[in-house]
Amino acid sequence: MNLANLQQKLTAAARHQAPDDRVPYAFEKRILALVAARAAVSGRVLWARGLWRAAVSCVVLAVVCGAIALLTPARPDSSNDLSQEFENTLLASVDQPEATP
Amino acid sequence: MERSETELIAAVLRGDRDSFEPLVAKYSPRVFATARRYARRESEIEDIVQEVWLKAFDKLGSFRGEAPFEHWLMRLTVRTCYDFLRGHQRNREYSFSEISEPEADWLDRFVTDPDSASEEAAAAKQLIDRVLEKLSPEARMVIQLLEIEDRSVKEIAQLTGWSVPLVKVRAFRARGEMRKILLRITKDKYL
Repeated sequence: MNLANLQQKLTAAARHQAPDDRVPYAFEKRILALVAARAAVSGRVLWARGLWRAAVSCVVLAVVCGAIALLTPARPDSSNDLSQEFENTLLASVDQPEATP
Repeated sequence: MERSETELIAAVLRGDRDSFEPLVAKYSPRVFATARRYARRESEIEDIVQEVWLKAFDKLGSFRGEAPFEHWLMRLTVRTCYDFLRGHQRNREYSFSEISEPEADWLDRFVTDPDSASEEAAAAKQLIDRVLEKLSPEARMVIQLLEIEDRSVKEIAQLTGWSVPLVKVRAFRARGEMRKILLRITKDKYL
């Protein structure tokens, strides 16, 4: 069998086949409705996307802060604590025992 | 008074969605005819055309008006059809047992006397449809555009976005692929 000839015949058969260009009834209305629906949705989607991004950022920030707080070892010796020293200095006059008359 | 295409496109870009309707009404027959070359089921064809128009609406801003709107739209259509083919690759195995009786009769006629097997016969059309379905998406696209629609390599390159050398390579491979499928169909019975 001549395959090249068969190939040519079948290609010619496809060429004879006129493409059907029927369009379903009111197809353009359907497209317009879809376009309108997408436009309405896209406004809401933009808002939702922005809010989700903000929420995710907040959660990430909270997790990072939590992790830092948990992983930072507590100092057993509080004498070097700057806040403690500051407090001691500030309240030094109050903490001093009253002088005996 | 009827507005020109350029006016309609400009109106759509300004936000007047209703101006898109005349464009859809005018070019849908052409888009449907193209989609019917690549898909069989009417639901699939409608999905393709719908996607083409939604893409056209979204990308209308990229239409520069240097070439006719129809050319721009056909490029979009062909590329959407190609995406469809790639997404719907069915079982491409093929054997003689799959073909229908009229198709087998047409092949018998072709074997005994090639001139008596008319290319206008419905069986020949069914057979080529089956063969095209078994081709890879690239091969089908090239065979359809080059051999069936008789387009030039340059035109195909513009429509598909492939380079001219790539179209030539794919055309060469596509012919080979088609011959292989025909060989697989016929070898059980005739070879």
